[in-house]
Amino acid sequence: MKNNNIKLMQGNEAVVEGAIAAGMRFYGGYPITPSTEVAEGSAQKLPRVGGKFIQMEDEIGGMAATIGAALTGVKAMTATSGPGFSLKQENIGYAAMAEIPCVIVNVQRHGPSTGLPTSPSQGDVMQAKWGTHGDHPIIAISPGSVKEAFDLTVRCFNLAEKYRTPVILLMDEIVGHMREGIRIPDASEIEIIDRKKPADNDNDYLAYKVEEGECVPPMAGFGDGHRYHVTGLVHDESGFPVNSNAVADKLCTRLMTKIEDNIDDIVTYEELYMEDAEIVVLAYGGTARSAKSAVKKAREKGLKVGMFRPITIWPFPEKQVKDFAQKAKGIIVAELNYGQLVLEVERVVKGTSDIFHIGKVDGDIITPDEILSKIEEVI
Amino acid sequence: MDKLPHIWCPGCGHGILMRSIAQAIENLGLDKDKVCIVSGIGCSSRAPGYMDFNTLHTTHGRALAFATGVKMANPELEVIVITGDGDATAIGGNHLIHACRRNINITTIVFNNNIYGMTGGQYSPTTPTGDLGTTAPYGNIDRPFNIPELAAAAGATYVGRATAYHANQLIKLVEKGIQNKGFSLIEGLSVCPTYYGRKNKKGSAVNIMQWQKATAVDVKVAEKLSPEQLEGKFLIGEFKNTTAPEYTEEYQKIIDRFTKER
Ligand SMILES: Cc1ncc(C[n+]2csc(CCOP(=O)(O)OP(=O)(O)O)c2C)c(N)n1
Ligand code: SF4
Repeated sequence: MKNNNIKLMQGNEAVVEGAIAAGMRFYGGYPITPSTEVAEGSAQKLPRVGGKFIQMEDEIGGMAATIGAALTGVKAMTATSGPGFSLKQENIGYAAMAEIPCVIVNVQRHGPSTGLPTSPSQGDVMQAKWGTHGDHPIIAISPGSVKEAFDLTVRCFNLAEKYRTPVILLMDEIVGHMREGIRIPDASEIEIIDRKKPADNDNDYLAYKVEEGECVPPMAGFGDGHRYHVTGLVHDESGFPVNSNAVADKLCTRLMTKIEDNIDDIVTYEELYMEDAEIVVLAYGGTARSAKSAVKKAREKGLKVGMFRPITIWPFPEKQVKDFAQKAKGIIVAELNYGQLVLEVERVVKGTSDIFHIGKVDGDIITPDEILSKIEEVI
Repeated sequence: MDKLPHIWCPGCGHGILMRSIAQAIENLGLDKDKVCIVSGIGCSSRAPGYMDFNTLHTTHGRALAFATGVKMANPELEVIVITGDGDATAIGGNHLIHACRRNINITTIVFNNNIYGMTGGQYSPTTPTGDLGTTAPYGNIDRPFNIPELAAAAGATYVGRATAYHANQLIKLVEKGIQNKGFSLIEGLSVCPTYYGRKNKKGSAVNIMQWQKATAVDVKVAEKLSPEQLEGKFLIGEFKNTTAPEYTEEYQKIIDRFTKER
């Protein structure tokens, strides 16, 4: 029997609910609009489930504390927006290199700099991927509704644990501050993945040794009895730094391939009317809501238009986009920036289909009518 | 042993300071599995790489922020931070004062060599005014921090200082710092013959340690001396030893409120 635990809540509040349901027991962060409700909700809920909340002195500290907590074996999260996301970058790179599972929520806000604090934007798509220095993989996921904010927060934790990597929940203010009624699932309905730990009696634990058939090493928590070293330097299987080209190559390649080899497991997306679509509107996060109504209106007018919504932004759903680009005449990418994910679409499509862009940077949302008139213009 | 040779220069004081910490941990009989050593980036911050505990080498200046997360999430761990003067008071200055303010039960040992060693001798927030550094070729015009004073003012409950020469005293201070239930800061004045020493014509490592021996005055002794007698000297010993509510315990009280309700 399904429960009727239906609640009216904001996207940001749903993130907190989802995180706690996923097992989050530590939050370290610094408040910033439009993500503050995530911090406030965590401060209120965590001690009730035996978890910890700490308001650090800045976002750098918030990210650092989140990683430190994750190392003791708990599931840890931080949340921020624009300027705070920029500050976290060095330590996000650290988490990628040292393979520390953690979740970073970025409720994107208008920029550059402090921009328009309470206005929506999707301007951090490239920062999510390339914000820290060096080559590294990243997983970034963008919810399009309050319900999804809940579900995808759980998914972020699951992917973080499974692949031992920082995962970014790339929200936007539209979803963060929107209120919708959602049914909170029972714990039994939620799939939870926990990091793999070494056996208690593993006395020769090598913290970064990958077992046959696995893509990441099992992770001991500090205090569990497996003493080991963690560093952001290039390290060998023991975790200790080594200055060797071969070790650097092996480590950095594995960091990439653990994500690339599992793209089918990581990538999710939503499609609407795609079977015969001549024009495809590609949109994500809050913008996809406008895209959906525009596409429905277009269908009512008899236009062969479909919608593709990447839910996983990074890694990009390359295979799927390549596929439909073979059939479609044109792709309209709608996003709240001057053109970020459209670059990825262009790269993947490689001229097999025409690409159009609707970008907006005035702090307002892209309306269904704006998308509809673009559809009518290009079809 | 496979970690040898270590990265430090011949004559560097960091090894002595590291050994003092290991000795303090041994003297207290702490369980190795329950000790976590956290560092930032710098010559000093490579020390955890040679120590057999749960060890964490973080990003520059952020050791205390990482350590705060570790301690909050698992207060059972004895969290010890090893950091440099630049690491702790320049890039990490904000984390330092806030860790002191919270009085979280972490023991921090600052390996102060008065210079940025790892990056090759630039002036740091503790380089004395007038001294030379590669980025202070005409003499440093900055005024230096007095780290123990800074920590005490920011709320640390245990504060002390010793030198590489006074290693036995350092062991005692670290022991008491670890036993203090709250934030403890111990400054260990190091020896950097390579950059600070050479740039400022301080002579060999032995000369620098002789200078430490000759110039350091214990706070207790200093109480009986006149300002004239203390001219040109610096103080070592235990500067502050007080109590205040400890951060992780205060948070636990909030958690307990809910578990008791059930
Ligand atoms: C964000 C960042 N900025 C700068 C550096 C370069 N850097 C590495 S160590 C260091 C200074 C270390 O000095 P200190 O903390 O005094 O330690 P020491 O090496 O003297 O023991 C600097 C500036 C860095 N690694 N990261
Ligand atoms: S540069 Fe100075 S502090 Fe660094 S290892 Fe050499 S002597 Fe020690």
